[in-house]
Amino acid sequence: MLRYVLKRLLSLIVTLAVASMVIFAVIEVAPGDPASFMLGVNAQPDTVAALRTELGLDQPKAERYLSWIGNMLTGDFGTSYTYRSSVAQIIGDRLWVSVPLALYALILSTVIAFPAGIYAAARRGKAGDAAVMGGTQLGVAVPNFWFAMMLVLIFAINLRWFGAGGFPGWSKGVFPAIKALTLPAIALALPQAAILTRVMRSSLIDVLGEDFMRTARAKGLTRSQAIWRHGVRNALIPVLTILGLQVSFLIAGAIVIEQVFYLPGLGRLIFQSINARDLIVVESVVMLLVFAVVLINFLVDIAYSIVDPRLRQRT
Amino acid sequence: MSLLQIHDLSLSIGAFDILKRVSFDVAEGEIVAVTGESGSGKSMTALAVMQLMPDRARAVGSVQLDGQELLTMPEARMCKIRGARVGMVFQEPMTALNPVKTIGAQVMETILLHTDASKADAEAQAREVLTRVGLPPDRFPLTRFPHELSGGQRQRVVIAMAIALRPRLLIADEPTTALDVTTQAQILDLLKELVADYGMGMLMITHDLAVVAGMADRIVVMRHGEVVETGLTRQLFANMQHPYTKMLFEASRHEVDLPDVPPAAPLLEVKGAVRDYALPRTQLFAPRQHFRAVKGVSFTLNKGERLGLVGESGCGKSTLTRAILGLEPLQGGEILLNGKPVASGGQANTAVRRQMQVVFQDPFGSFNPRHRVERLVTEPFHLLDNPPTGAARQKAIDEALTAVGLKPSDARKFIHEFSGGQRQRIAIARALIIRPDIILFDEAVSALDVSVRAQILDLIADLCRSYGLSYLFISHDLSVVRTITDRVMVMKSGEIVEEGATETVFNDPQHPYTRALIAAAPVLPDPVAEAI
Repeated sequence: MLRYVLKRLLSLIVTLAVASMVIFAVIEVAPGDPASFMLGVNAQPDTVAALRTELGLDQPKAERYLSWIGNMLTGDFGTSYTYRSSVAQIIGDRLWVSVPLALYALILSTVIAFPAGIYAAARRGKAGDAAVMGGTQLGVAVPNFWFAMMLVLIFAINLRWFGAGGFPGWSKGVFPAIKALTLPAIALALPQAAILTRVMRSSLIDVLGEDFMRTARAKGLTRSQAIWRHGVRNALIPVLTILGLQVSFLIAGAIVIEQVFYLPGLGRLIFQSINARDLIVVESVVMLLVFAVVLINFLVDIAYSIVDPRLRQRT
Repeated sequence: MSLLQIHDLSLSIGAFDILKRVSFDVAEGEIVAVTGESGSGKSMTALAVMQLMPDRARAVGSVQLDGQELLTMPEARMCKIRGARVGMVFQEPMTALNPVKTIGAQVMETILLHTDASKADAEAQAREVLTRVGLPPDRFPLTRFPHELSGGQRQRVVIAMAIALRPRLLIADEPTTALDVTTQAQILDLLKELVADYGMGMLMITHDLAVVAGMADRIVVMRHGEVVETGLTRQLFANMQHPYTKMLFEASRHEVDLPDVPPAAPLLEVKGAVRDYALPRTQLFAPRQHFRAVKGVSFTLNKGERLGLVGESGCGKSTLTRAILGLEPLQGGEILLNGKPVASGGQANTAVRRQMQVVFQDPFGSFNPRHRVERLVTEPFHLLDNPPTGAARQKAIDEALTAVGLKPSDARKFIHEFSGGQRQRIAIARALIIRPDIILFDEAVSALDVSVRAQILDLIADLCRSYGLSYLFISHDLSVVRTITDRVMVMKSGEIVEEGATETVFNDPQHPYTRALIAAAPVLPDPVAEAI
C-alpha cells in the first residue's frame, strides 16, 4: 500500500514538472514578446523595455524558468501587472470563494447522485428508474447558466430567500457566506449530479449481474442487503473516476456561474486576467489549476486502492 | 419423508417453458445428480429450489424442504432458509466471491446473518469451517482477499460459506467445471466427505457424466426442461432406458477413427523455446525478476500428424500456443514451420503465418457479430498476397462451408443465427479456407455439449481423411485428447514432462505427474461391467 502511494506521488511530481515547463513555454517562450503583448500595440518602446526588465525578460530562459518555479515553491507568485498587488494574495482571496463553492457543489451532487443512482439501479426498468433517468436527462441537457438564472428568478427575485448574487466574505460570519454560495452551488451541482447518477446506476447494474451478488443472495441476504453490502463498493471505481474529473471542473470551470452570481472566484479572476492581458496572473492561476487537477487525480488513485484491494498490489 | 421433494415443478419465463413437470426427491445423506446438456433446465431447477429465479420467472408445482413448501414462502422467510438450511456452491469460483472483501468477512457474514453469534464467535467458527474445507487460517489467514487465492482455493471458500451453518441441503451447480482435473478430484472428495460428515442431502448439477458416475447415489437426466430418466447410479448406467440417456453416454465416450499417419516429415519444429515474462519490481532499483512460462520446450510435429498438448491451467500451454502463432516473442530457441521461422524480429512472419490457422475455445466470443459468415470465414484471405475474388472467392466459401457440414447458403447469415456447435464449425471453416499446413485447436471443443462435441470430433476426423490435416490439439480434457491425437505431450510448469504415442502414454504413463493427471480424471463406468 505504501509502495503504491509513493509510486503515485512520484508520478504526481513528474506530471507537475512537465506541466510547468509546458505552461512556461507556451506563455513566455512562444513567439511574440510578453511585454509588448501585455501593453498592447500602441505602447511606447521605453514602457515596453521597462516592463521587460520588471518581468525579467532580459534574463536567459532557463534561468527565468528556474526562478519562476523557485519563487512559486516559496509562495512568491510575482506581482500582478493590472492589480499591482501580490498574485499570491489575489489568488488566496479568490480561493476562499472557489474552493468552498466547489466542495459545496461536490457534496450536493454526491448526496443527490449516490442514492438516486442506487435507487434507479435497484429498480431497473420500473417506474422509479424511469423517473430518475428522466430527471437526469433534463439535468444533463439544461445548461447550468440558464438553470442558475431560473434559480435566481425563483428563489432570489420571487421568494426572496436568497440574494441574487455577490459574496459578503467570510468575515461577516459563516452563515451569510454559505447562504450566498447556496444557489451557485445548486446550479453547479445539478448537472454534475445528473451525470454522476447515470454513472452510479449503470455501474451498479453491471455489478448486480456479477456472480458474487448471487452468492450473497444464496447466503440469505435480502436483495437490498446484498446491494448495500456487496454491490455499492464494487460499483464505486467508475464513479470515483467521474467524481475526480468533476472536482477538477468544479474548481476551474465555474467561470460562467461566477459571472451569473457575481462571485469573486478563480474563474472570474482568470477571465478578467486574460481580458486584461495580465500574463503573470494567468500563468500562476493556470499552474495552480494544474496542481489542483493533478492532486485530485492523486487522491482518486488513493481512493481506488482503498475501495479495491486488488489495486494495492498492482504496481 | 425425503429432505427435498420436488413435485410437478413447472417454470416459465414469458412465453417460454423452461421446466415441465419436474419431479424428484433428495434424501438426507444422499447425493442426487441432475445432468443434461445446456438448456436442459438443470440449473434453473437448482435456482427454483433456492427461489433465486430471474425476475419474470413463474413457477408452479411444489418444492418442499422438510415438508415446508418453498414456492409460496414469503421472501423474508426464504432469506432465513437460504444460507442456513440450504447452502449453495456455484460454478465459477473466480467470480463467485466479492473481490473487495476478505475471505474471513465473507464466511463470517453467513454466520452473523443467521445466528446471534458475537463477532469473535463468528470468527472462531469461520476459522473452524475454513480449516474443515482445507484452508487452515495459519496458512490462509482470514484477511486474505479472493484474488490472492487460486481457483480451487476460492471454491473451498465458497464451500465454507455454504456449509458454515451445517445446512440440511447443499446445492452444487457445476462445482468443478471451471477447475483443473486434479483440483476437481480434490473438491469432489471434499464435497463427498462433507455430505457424509454432516448428513446433508446434496443436489448436484453437472453436465459431466463421468463426474456423476463417481459422485452420485442417484441420477436425474433432464432434457428440454423435462426429466427423461432417473434411477440409482449403478442401475441407471447398467440399464439405460431412454434413448437420450444412451446418446449422452455414448457421446461422452465418443471415439473417432483417425487415418494412418503418413511417413515422418517435419512440419512444425519447436527448438528450445523459452518465454520469459518480466515481473514487477519488488524494490525500486532492484533488478527485474523474470517468470519463465516456457522453459526450453522442444518438439516436432510431422506432416499429417495429430499431436496433443495437455496440462493444467498455468502450465504454459497457452503461452506456447501464442508463441507458435508468432504472437509472443521468444527469449530463446526458435520455432520453424516448413523450415522457416514463424516470427523474426518480434514480428510474425506473414509468409509463414498464412500456412497456420487457429480455432479457439469460445464459439461465442471469437466472431464479430456484425459481419456475415462469408466475411467471417474469408478473414484469413488478408494473409494472402493475391486473395481470390469474385467466383473463385465464392467457390472457396462454398467449399469451406460444405467441408464442415454447413450449406453454402449459410454464407449470407449472421453469427447469432447459429448454435454453439455450428459456430465452431464456422471457426473450422475459417481455418480451412486458405488450406493451411497446420491448424492449432486451442481448447476447441471444451465449451461444447457432449453430443455437439462428438459431432465436431467426427468432423475433425473426417477432415483428416479428406484434407490430410495436421494439427496441434491443446486441451485440458484427457478423454478428448486420447481419441483425437496420435501422439501426446504432457506439459507442467513450462516443461514437457512426458511425450509419446497417445495410447502408450495413457496406458502406461511414466512421469508421476502424468499418472496423477490420469488418476484424477473422472472416468465413465463400463456399462457391461456394471451389469454383472
